[in-house]
Amino acid sequence: MDPILPLLVLLPAAGAGILALAPRARDPLRFAGIVSLLPLGLALGLFFAFEGRSAEPQFGFSVPWFRMGGVDVRFALALDGISLLLVGLTALLGPVFFFAALGPVAERRREFAIWGLLMETGMLGVFAAADLVLFYVAWEISLIPLYFVIGIWGGPGRGRATTKFVLYTVAGSLLLLLALLAVLLEGRSSDLFELARTPRLLPASIETLAFLGFALGFAVKVPLLPFHTWLPEAHVEAPTSGSVVLAGVLLKMGTYGLLRFCLPIFPRASADLAPLLLALGAGGAVYGALLAWAQRDLKKLVAYSSISHLGLVAMGLFAREPSAVSGAVLQMVNHGISTGALFLLVGVLYDRTHRRGLGDFGGVARSMPLFAFLFGLTAFASIGLPGLNGFVGEFLILSGTFSAAPVVAAVGATSVVLSAVYLLGAVRAVLFGPTPDSVAGLPDCTRRETATLLPLAGLMVLLGVCPGPLLDRIRPSVERIVARARAVAQAEPPRLERPR
Amino acid sequence: MSALLPLLVGLPLAGAIACAALHARVLSRRRTDPEARPGEILVGAIATGAASAAFVLALALFVRLLGLPAADRRIGASLGTWIDAGTLRVPASLLLDPLSSILALVVTGVGALIHLYSIGYMRGDPGFARYFACLNLFLASMLLLVLGANLPLTFVGWEGVGLCSYLLIGFWYGKGWPADAGLKAFVVNRVGDAGFLLGIFLLQKELGALDYASIGAAASTGKIPSATWAAALLFCGAVGKSAQIPLQVWLPDAMAGPTPVSALIHAATMVTAGVYLLARLSALFLAAPGVLLVVGIVGGATAVLAGLGALASRDLKRALACSTVSQLGLMFLGEGAGAFDAGIAHLTTHAFFKALLFLAAGSVIHALGGEQDLAKMGGLRARIPATFLCFCAGAWALSGLPPLAGFFSKDEILGGALHGGHAAILASLGFAASFLTALYSFRLVYLVFSGRENFAGSPHESPGVMLAPMRVLAALSLLGGALAWIPIADARPIAAFLAPVLGGEAAPGGGAEHVLVAALSFAVASVGFLLARRLWRDRGLAGDEGLARTALWRLAAAGGVLDAFYRGAVARGARLLAIACGVFDLFVIDGAVNGVGRAASAAGASLRALQNGKIQSYGIGIAAAAGALLLAGLLLGRG
Repeated sequence: MDPILPLLVLLPAAGAGILALAPRARDPLRFAGIVSLLPLGLALGLFFAFEGRSAEPQFGFSVPWFRMGGVDVRFALALDGISLLLVGLTALLGPVFFFAALGPVAERRREFAIWGLLMETGMLGVFAAADLVLFYVAWEISLIPLYFVIGIWGGPGRGRATTKFVLYTVAGSLLLLLALLAVLLEGRSSDLFELARTPRLLPASIETLAFLGFALGFAVKVPLLPFHTWLPEAHVEAPTSGSVVLAGVLLKMGTYGLLRFCLPIFPRASADLAPLLLALGAGGAVYGALLAWAQRDLKKLVAYSSISHLGLVAMGLFAREPSAVSGAVLQMVNHGISTGALFLLVGVLYDRTHRRGLGDFGGVARSMPLFAFLFGLTAFASIGLPGLNGFVGEFLILSGTFSAAPVVAAVGATSVVLSAVYLLGAVRAVLFGPTPDSVAGLPDCTRRETATLLPLAGLMVLLGVCPGPLLDRIRPSVERIVARARAVAQAEPPRLERPR
Repeated sequence: MSALLPLLVGLPLAGAIACAALHARVLSRRRTDPEARPGEILVGAIATGAASAAFVLALALFVRLLGLPAADRRIGASLGTWIDAGTLRVPASLLLDPLSSILALVVTGVGALIHLYSIGYMRGDPGFARYFACLNLFLASMLLLVLGANLPLTFVGWEGVGLCSYLLIGFWYGKGWPADAGLKAFVVNRVGDAGFLLGIFLLQKELGALDYASIGAAASTGKIPSATWAAALLFCGAVGKSAQIPLQVWLPDAMAGPTPVSALIHAATMVTAGVYLLARLSALFLAAPGVLLVVGIVGGATAVLAGLGALASRDLKRALACSTVSQLGLMFLGEGAGAFDAGIAHLTTHAFFKALLFLAAGSVIHALGGEQDLAKMGGLRARIPATFLCFCAGAWALSGLPPLAGFFSKDEILGGALHGGHAAILASLGFAASFLTALYSFRLVYLVFSGRENFAGSPHESPGVMLAPMRVLAALSLLGGALAWIPIADARPIAAFLAPVLGGEAAPGGGAEHVLVAALSFAVASVGFLLARRLWRDRGLAGDEGLARTALWRLAAAGGVLDAFYRGAVARGARLLAIACGVFDLFVIDGAVNGVGRAASAAGASLRALQNGKIQSYGIGIAAAAGALLLAGLLLGRG
């Protein structure tokens, strides 16, 4: 019994509790930021303590919780390589959430801090949960705070955006809950890792239905085409910090779910429906990229680019090739870092000018050279320039998908061309050319802004040059999941024809 | 010794980081003092020092390579594993063999000279340190491209040089059009690179290995079933980077960058990466004869068309850019005929004389205070005599007249074209391009340096720091032909040196056949020269009039037509598609979502009483619903 995971997950909630009991805290946001540094430290420690050659979940903590339908539900936390990376990403973006809000969020800072800390506990719980029910509870906990973050501190259209967000989320959660109950009761276990390993599969009829429930619930969150329309609206209305965590972590809960539940627990259904998900992934990657290109609002552009990038991730997952799945996991982390940074950068511009239109800027590089450097670096990381982090993930996803379904990979690859078009187009419009008077002489990044952006920038370079430590830690888990998906799929020939 | 190999990439990289740090310091000083400038001597010394040290290192490694027996001239270095996931493993290993050694020498040698020249050319520019950081980073990327022992590493360098090209084309970002040109270059290259990537994936799928040794071995024993597809896809990348038809449109625009950048990146080194790639994968391309023919024809057609473009250009740098595209086409023509060594030989000599021409053009432009229009030059010979002599040496070498470098290397290509299959079509394209080359080379010489003085102000000769590199390159242009072919001894040093690396049989040199080719190409180039002399020596741009009525001239505009087609049809079409997607998303997909929402809210109107606006009661509702569902699930599960 290792108490470190419950400590890591519950620390932010404890911080929220302290803030709730101390109504006169002097600077609650700063306090929350410092509290959120603790999980980051713990996550770093776990990263280095992790035994990389093992697919077994590590740092396990498990106590009985309650019994339901003859199944022991436990408060169980554990990490395999995949969840390790996502816990790390969450812990990394936690402090960014609070420190980036220090400037822009002026009102009701205590509430903001409390919601943020609760959200962090929820997200950490989602990735660290080793139990189905605990996963679901954490999933719900992580979503409610965002509703308030957008609804209270959001832009003028926040009412409409939050309504759509909540409707989608509730619908997705409902499907998830039903599917989850089916698995729990039919599979006779609530242990995530056991369900993914047991040779006994669910009855075929239930498997397909439950798979669809999970896949739809997660697809809404990713979001996959055509369930994506809530995302741009939520992003545009969300405060900068909210966008960072929404794009950086919350969307990954969807792709993580696809990987953790759909592939190993429903291998036959995954094989049958892989062509559909491959098509949605690759199609969404291109469609999202085209949409991003059509935007005139920087924040919307970045939001649609997320849809494009995560489409590629979903494509990689359902290629069910070890290299593609590894690339997809890596790309979840990469996307969290670079898109988080992109939203921060858009926030930097917005805080100064209260504008976000592509046409509102020009020649910003002159007065904001540091900003220009960081924006350029992040844009190139996001479009997958080799040497920066995005490339490794994209390369693995596309290469692995190519060996399973060449045409799908070729379609996905066009999104890589388009990403250069829209992101470098944005770079051109903002940083270069003549400067309109309205944005002349903007002050460069402040120390606080630099402090939130520089670590992310450093990681873009570090993970691009040296992705080995991450890839090593996910390899065994990824190989186990893919091996299971393939073994079962081959034992029973799939009903639909798969692209070869 | 192999520890020196990573240092070859590392030195310019360290230089780039140092220059970037100095630039950052200047920027932070500018917050208080807007006029703050970098220590130009320090920055120039660091950057040029790094480039020169890399050249010395490349030279030392070259000597070491020569000391090895011809069959095992390989020096490797491994820095561990870069990517390892699933079946894909990319070791970070470098390889120096005769091919990469020649390229490394050219890149660092010409690179160091152009660094030196840039100290004079960029004097007083507020972005001085930024410029040199990019230039050093370019050298590091280019060396990685050349020295990488597998396709993914080459691709890293390939994209890295693309990044530096983008940054340096748009160096003067305050004006809009250089930034646009940089963007265009990057995007057009990305189109080709998508093919490059797919080619890599195909080889990974079929071979499970991406290092050049494995690819070469498998290709020459026929173990790559889809060699044709792989070669075609990889050639797409080469077409983009080396600006061949149909992706040649970015290079003329790339001249928006500082002239030394045009000399180094867009003439001598980066744009030749495609030629290098094909030579590196010669075994694969020889296993795909159909693709090889396409390579030759694309190269030949590009050579002729771009040669016409150079002829019709009224802008000095644009003319040289078209000439570069044309010469790259010639290199591909040689490779398409199977004469990979000839392609590399021409790459080498071309690096000398085209860099020289650009530097001399930069000196002209510098003297005229930024003027690039050929109509506003003329008669400069007496004003800037040193530049004149250097430009003449470059033009002479380019035109392929003996005894300068271009004659010998071009001969190798034409000889290869005549020797290989499809001789008729490839050789006639090659000779046509040669004729055009001589014609436009001397057109430039006469328009710039002879005839009436059409410029304003009083031009001045460039400083020694700019002239010295030009003189070195002029000397190399004079003597460099010996690398390709030494007629008296009938020796072909580059071809002999490359023979162990390149697949296929080298075209047999010497003999009557070689002399015949030499005589023919001499004749063709001489006619070009004499015609140019008649048309432009005394009449200036009025000399164009006679040609302007011919069909050829109208063909010259075809390059522009393609560019207009991309802008008008492809770019605008894709943009319209994007906007159409936006409309579709807004009205159809989101519309459907909103419709569902409205229907639900209409149905729920009767339950409005429950919507009291209190979060607590919603929470109770959610909890109750969840509880009910749990209960239902339990009952169903039991039953």
